[in-house]
Amino acid sequence: MIRNSYFINIIRFVLLILVQVLVFNKLNFFGYINPMVYILFLYWYPIKEKRQLFLLLSFLLGFLIDLFSDTVAIHAAATVTIAYLRPTIMRFCFGVNYEFQNFKLTNTTRAQQITFLTLLIIIHHLVFFTLEIFSFENTLLILKKVLTISIATLILCLLLSSLFSVEKE
Amino acid sequence: MQQIINFILRYKNFLLYLFLLIISLALTVQSHSYHRSKYFNSSNWLTGNIYETTSSITTYFGLGEENKKLVEENKRLRNLLFNQKKEDSMQLDTTNVTYRVIASQVIKNSYSLPRNYITIKKGMAQGIKPDMGVITANGILGIVENTSQNFATVQSILNTKSRINAKIKNTNHYGSLVWDTKDYNTVQLADVERLVPLKIGDTIVTGASSSIFPENIPIGIVKNFDLNNSQSSYSIDIKLFNNMAAVRSIYIIENIQREEIIELEAKTNNDSQ
Repeated sequence: MIRNSYFINIIRFVLLILVQVLVFNKLNFFGYINPMVYILFLYWYPIKEKRQLFLLLSFLLGFLIDLFSDTVAIHAAATVTIAYLRPTIMRFCFGVNYEFQNFKLTNTTRAQQITFLTLLIIIHHLVFFTLEIFSFENTLLILKKVLTISIATLILCLLLSSLFSVEKE
Repeated sequence: MQQIINFILRYKNFLLYLFLLIISLALTVQSHSYHRSKYFNSSNWLTGNIYETTSSITTYFGLGEENKKLVEENKRLRNLLFNQKKEDSMQLDTTNVTYRVIASQVIKNSYSLPRNYITIKKGMAQGIKPDMGVITANGILGIVENTSQNFATVQSILNTKSRINAKIKNTNHYGSLVWDTKDYNTVQLADVERLVPLKIGDTIVTGASSSIFPENIPIGIVKNFDLNNSQSSYSIDIKLFNNMAAVRSIYIIENIQREEIIELEAKTNNDSQ
């Protein structure tokens, strides 16, 4: 069972990187909207795993995406930030429930899942576009990008997550 | 000592996060201020090969269009050739050539970020070096920034770091080509004096004071222009000849005299100090 979960996570890791760089980075909807679906890795990642490993994996995920898209380490910084904040966000979304031993993402309500995903995406995009543009003269531009691309990412992540959802028990 | 260890143990997650964040921030900031990020770019072996594999599959869908473009270019070049005032024999002497051209293909294009880089096939092994100019049949594309054994990354003109010397065709009024990140088919020509006579539709070409590009490579046409805040120079919007979203076949230009020029400039600077 444990081996199985490792296996699934490795496959997810590789597939999400490939899908991100080969499909979604080339979308350029309206000239600039490229949804970042690789955030789903952090959404799906098991909750009770070691946090250090999770942080390192998130860093690696972001960094590999950076290598492909020539953005040096911006994806890495944004991803590692949401990886660190994930427990806090989960406590906010799911209440104390999430501390229980038998907590599962599939047992929560749809609304809770969407809030969780939305928060992950918005924080990630805020960090990402702030670093990308790197000057506060462009606050409006940052907000515009965060808003539009967050919506695109959210829609695609919801579609993908319902397509590949873990079977309900 | 015990307390320090306790502290580290208690905050190990936070410290790890801080460590990773600082690494990525340092890399990012460094790449903004220095000329190039040497190691972390898509010309490396892994990303280069993945991009090449996928692009070799997707090229087939655009072959017809690509052929048409190449025939069009051949036609234009033949027109030039046939109408040239000929000397007795064509000069094919390679000793007094200034520019050498290498043909290649784009394997990864990007135009939606503030700093766009294009990855191309061919690298050090094929004679590609940093600071070579890259053009397409229609106009200018960028400058080679990093090379690996078989791939290279090109700093696109759609990059806030890019500054290329450009001029208004048939005049001697120069400016530098920059990009305001707003539209991928429009770039800006900065630092053109207000005394310069300008019209919408004027052609902009590369200038002579660059050791990277030959003079008179087309860039685009003036879309509209305005005096800037200080009223001393124009800010000009230029519509590019290239469709930046669909570049495929490219040419890399090597200036054989570049090293000589740089050496001479460095020497002059040293002497004057």
